[in-house]
Amino acid sequence: MDFPISHIHAHPLYLIVIGFIIGVLGGFFGVGGSFLAGPALRLIGMPWNFAVGTDLAHIVGKSIVAARKHRALGNIDVKLGAIMALGTIAGAETGAQAIQALKRHGNLNIVVSIVSIVVYLSISGFMGWDTIRTLRASRGRPAPKDADEKADETSFSHVTARIQRFRLRPMISLPTSGVASISVWLIVAVSFVGGVFSGFLGGGAGYIRMPSMVYLLGIPTHLAVGTDLFEIIISAGYSTFSHAMKGNVDILVALVMHTGAAVGAQIGAILTQYFRGPKIRLAFVPLPLLGAAIVIYTLISGHKL
Amino acid sequence: MSEKSHLLKSFLIETAVYAVLVAAYFFLVLHFMSGWLASLFDRSNKGVYATVALLLMIAQGVVLEVTTTALLRFIRRRTE
Repeated sequence: MDFPISHIHAHPLYLIVIGFIIGVLGGFFGVGGSFLAGPALRLIGMPWNFAVGTDLAHIVGKSIVAARKHRALGNIDVKLGAIMALGTIAGAETGAQAIQALKRHGNLNIVVSIVSIVVYLSISGFMGWDTIRTLRASRGRPAPKDADEKADETSFSHVTARIQRFRLRPMISLPTSGVASISVWLIVAVSFVGGVFSGFLGGGAGYIRMPSMVYLLGIPTHLAVGTDLFEIIISAGYSTFSHAMKGNVDILVALVMHTGAAVGAQIGAILTQYFRGPKIRLAFVPLPLLGAAIVIYTLISGHKL
Repeated sequence: MSEKSHLLKSFLIETAVYAVLVAAYFFLVLHFMSGWLASLFDRSNKGVYATVALLLMIAQGVVLEVTTTALLRFIRRRTE
């Protein structure tokens, strides 16, 4: 099938399957999935600028579907998501400026590649270490009752509690997430850093934001997944519009991908109900590793995926 | 039938109906709008293209799910 906007030829089934896989991952982990979608679009010959913009457009649609499902399951903290969206947008602009500065110095690829490898490996390593410790500590304890299923625990909670004691006004409460009092600046800072990585490395940077929400802000994993998706709708919507204005979005390709992603996102969102927080985090560990593997491959082979 | 399997069955039916609607939506957009979207993209005013692109994604995400829910509610009411 020919796509007249980006002038590529691709089998719709390929795009639907890619969309479906990313949809399931997105609905389950609260990530955009650009580390997979970008290379998948590049593989069929889509120019780099179109791959980034089209991926973002499909992320918007998929996140809407998954977020609506998570909302029905009570997994979204709207107040937290709205504040985070502001920080993410500001951070994404900063990240994009950093990219422009690196472009001027001519060492963009190597810096972005090394930063992304370090970030991906650090997230994977830390989450794997923490989750295994958490699961070992909870072994032998009775399983929580239905009402407590979303209550979460990490071996890092003593540090999270210390972070939450940072009291720079204005302070807000997040009753949906079970946080009695937290500084708005802390939320903005966490989302800003996620946004910087989003602008710097591309995609929605959910692989940074979701763990940050759990470990730094003390949000239960289920709520971090749902709220991250809600937040992605706003930030990716903004980025999609910006990329479409620059002529980087093939909406027809995005719609085909979303045909699979919409169904996958529903399945992923429902699946979260069958797993407790530490298990979701443990399953998350291979994702950044996959991202790191793709970047290492591009560095070694010289093929930009 | 246990509550869990009942929920799973409802979810599978909902997903199947939704999948059909999403696919139909895509083919409708492809059939009726692909030429228009391509010419809109080629024209200099990218603002209109950006707005339409975003609206199409939102429609696929929101309207279809609302339609699925309404359709299933209607079917359930007729069968009960």
